[in-house]
Amino acid sequence: MIQEFRKIWKPCVIGLLWFLVLLWPMTGINSDGTLEFAKPFEIWLVVVAAAIVVMLLYSANKGGTLDGLYAPLIKLQKVISQKTAVLPNFVLIAVAVGFALLYPVIFTSRPSHDLAINVLIYISLGLGLNIVIGLAGMLDLGYIAFYGVGAYCYALLNIHFGMSFWVSLPFAAVFAAIAGCIIGYPTLRMRGDYLAIVTLAFGEIVRLILNNWMSLTNGPNGILGIARPGIFYPAFDGGLAIEHIYIRKLYMLYYVALLIAFITMICVYRLNYSRIGRAWEAIREDETAAELMGVNTFLLKLLAYAMGAVFAGLAGAFFASRMKFVSPESFTFLESAMVLCMVVLGGMASIPGIILGSAALVVMQEWFREFETYRMLVFGGCMVLMMLFRPAGLIPAKRMGRRSEEED
Amino acid sequence: MDVFIQQVINALTLGGLYALIALGYTMVYGVIQLINFAHGEFFAAGGYIGVLLLGVMGGMGYMETHPWLCLSISLVLTMAYCAFLAMGVERIAYKPLRKQTRLAALISALGMSIFLSNGMMLARGPLDQPYPLQYSSGGFEFGLITINNLQIVIWVLTAVLLVGLNILVFKTRIGMAMRATAQDKVMSSLVAISANKIIALTFAIGAGLAAAAGIMVGLYYGSVRYDMGFVPGIKAFAAAVLGGIGNITGAMIGGFIIGTVEVFGAAYISGEYKDVFAFIILIAVLYFKPTGIMGENIDDTRV
Amino acid sequence: MAASPILEINNVHASYGNIKALKGISLKVMEGEIVSIIGANGAGKSTALMCICGIVPVSEGDVRYQGASILQTAAEKLPIMGLCQVPEGRRIFPRLSVKENLILGAFYRRDNDEIDNDIERVFSYFPVLKERFDQHGGTLSGGEQQMLAIGRALMSRPKLLLLDEPSLGLAPMIVQRIFEIIEEVNKKDGVTVLLVEQNANLALQSSVRGYVLETGSVTMEDDAELLLNNQEIRKAYLGE
Repeated sequence: MIQEFRKIWKPCVIGLLWFLVLLWPMTGINSDGTLEFAKPFEIWLVVVAAAIVVMLLYSANKGGTLDGLYAPLIKLQKVISQKTAVLPNFVLIAVAVGFALLYPVIFTSRPSHDLAINVLIYISLGLGLNIVIGLAGMLDLGYIAFYGVGAYCYALLNIHFGMSFWVSLPFAAVFAAIAGCIIGYPTLRMRGDYLAIVTLAFGEIVRLILNNWMSLTNGPNGILGIARPGIFYPAFDGGLAIEHIYIRKLYMLYYVALLIAFITMICVYRLNYSRIGRAWEAIREDETAAELMGVNTFLLKLLAYAMGAVFAGLAGAFFASRMKFVSPESFTFLESAMVLCMVVLGGMASIPGIILGSAALVVMQEWFREFETYRMLVFGGCMVLMMLFRPAGLIPAKRMGRRSEEED
Repeated sequence: MDVFIQQVINALTLGGLYALIALGYTMVYGVIQLINFAHGEFFAAGGYIGVLLLGVMGGMGYMETHPWLCLSISLVLTMAYCAFLAMGVERIAYKPLRKQTRLAALISALGMSIFLSNGMMLARGPLDQPYPLQYSSGGFEFGLITINNLQIVIWVLTAVLLVGLNILVFKTRIGMAMRATAQDKVMSSLVAISANKIIALTFAIGAGLAAAAGIMVGLYYGSVRYDMGFVPGIKAFAAAVLGGIGNITGAMIGGFIIGTVEVFGAAYISGEYKDVFAFIILIAVLYFKPTGIMGENIDDTRV
Repeated sequence: MAASPILEINNVHASYGNIKALKGISLKVMEGEIVSIIGANGAGKSTALMCICGIVPVSEGDVRYQGASILQTAAEKLPIMGLCQVPEGRRIFPRLSVKENLILGAFYRRDNDEIDNDIERVFSYFPVLKERFDQHGGTLSGGEQQMLAIGRALMSRPKLLLLDEPSLGLAPMIVQRIFEIIEEVNKKDGVTVLLVEQNANLALQSSVRGYVLETGSVTMEDDAELLLNNQEIRKAYLGE
């Protein structure tokens, strides 16, 4: 018993002392060189109190005292999983689609629409990145560059040539795909982490060019006054006429975002279970073996970059039209990291996982706004904690093997 | 010609600083195949602690009388602080994930990086914290070329640390154990090497070097800020990869190359695009030699 | 022969994920013996050695070394206690020199003069290593690597040496030489040896006793001579 006690509390005490040693110089020395003791200890005592609470809960949980609390939850989970197991998959999907379609009716406030649009943009980005990283197994740390290319592509086409959103959308996709190939080509011979730094470097290059090419992109000031997407609206006054109007209502934009996200989901799902998807997975598992089996790794790796970029380009064009403003600041490495987090946190190569991961991270950031300046601190801490507790992601991909032909 | 020599001097200074940071990346990568994104934050923490310690000594009046002694003391203490910080970060955020996929550890590292830089912002505020300027005054002039005292200090310190690290890694028992752990963790535990201790030590050494670079950068540019770890961090990572990640000599060479490209790019082509040149050189080198300059073994493990 | 068991394994279970690699094996090694474990591919021989060394976790059962349980002992403490393994595939440190590989074998020891003596002793067993002194381990041939791996293990002055497939992929001449040295080390230095082999004939010839491992269980144990003459064994493992 005493040994158990020591085993749990010893690292806790050491950790807290360690924290104090690190905390004190950072907070206890004033800029003018005077020392302060009250403030760091105040912070430290808060952390100590929190640690004690957590440790008590932990040992209570281990000792079985909290089992009573869990029991109904576990029961509920069992009932739900039994019930859902009976339902065919398409019912669940139908419920999800229905919810997505009715979302603006259920939640009518502006912030909730904003939040949903953000989630949808990140779902598209996450699923696009999933092609590169989850299917083809190539670590891409500069993914947000394609998002930027898409956004600037629409912004420039709209500002200079007055092209509408829907006409520009394929251009954004194509330009992003070209950018994907440009980035992909020199990296084809590289493996593992060499790829990571090269993609990161490309992402930074794109951002720096956007930031410094004043005559084209207006530099750090960004491009203002980008048109919203328009729709053709049937008007019935005095016979049938079709009128072109720009979307102003946020919930309409929500449906545009939903459309893009749906297209992405369906494409990624179909790709995942296609011949190409299989080839990507073969490359992920063992590139040399895949090549020996006759997989054209050169083309397929390039294709993975291009396909991933297409969806980022679409999302980017939408982002530009939704904000009516683009600037290089939206395409920093931190954004790439965020999308990567969504993919890994949700569960690589798992479409529902990535949807959940994107939603979780966007909503989490929104919640943490209450912490104000502590927002990013808490956010970073949560990233670490989530990885510690769910290293394979929230919904890990079920299969590394369940293929379309095995299902029947 | 004078301008050229002046640029060479600047390049050597900057390159040495990048090399110091790059070593931390490459050593950690060599031992546990992790891109330690929080490494840039160790560097920034070094800058902060350095300026704070100098401030304390200034408050006590020693800065006037013994400026170089003060600098040495704060350098040693700062390196110790960052080593301690890195060991703690490793224990909390990386060690539990050692058996998981490398991406899980990577995300954990990103989270730790965000956590640490924002922690520093909360502790010290979002504004620049000025460094005392007295070290950068004085120096030598040869015609139009100037070498200030600080640059010489940076050269000497960089040289001492690089040589010291080489001796530690290639000539001592502990260094041998580090190299063995990097090559085969299971086998090294079969010859009585504690992989956990070696990994913690690797983090500590890497962070110590980054901390030294942090102080030097603070002195060189006159101030530190909570987010100053990010850009040099990425460039040092680029330097480590350029040299062949996991290879210590490679990281030193890579650091000097990136520093040189940046300084000359800024001087002769365009200051705004100086970071672009560094990255283009990186991509070009890796295109022709996909495992970096000194890299020998292709790391075939995928994400 | 000494009577006390230096190593005792009782009903050890181990698994990789859902695959059970060991289904309760028990075996005993007496001090001063050479004992061999023979069995086909995938029988769990290497897993058994990895369990003893604390690399693969034991899910059930006990491993006792010199009378005390070593289940809770960290893997890196075992060589200090005199338990040393030459793992499957030799696992030389490829980018360390032969000399460094040998010195690392004696990593926990601080007696530098003695270490130098021991290096000389290893060279007397394997003269070829002396010629390769400054070469990287990865550049050696398979046989030389095996010699280096055994030499490295001897550097820790083991009481019990675990050898995993020392004959794997080597020419018969070299295998012969390696087994001679194993016997010599056993006789001269009193090192107890637990040998895992697919080459049952060779292993049993140099052993006192033998265990037969099949799909995670011990199916037979006996004196090596009796096993060698056992018809079933001859059929299954000696290709007759």
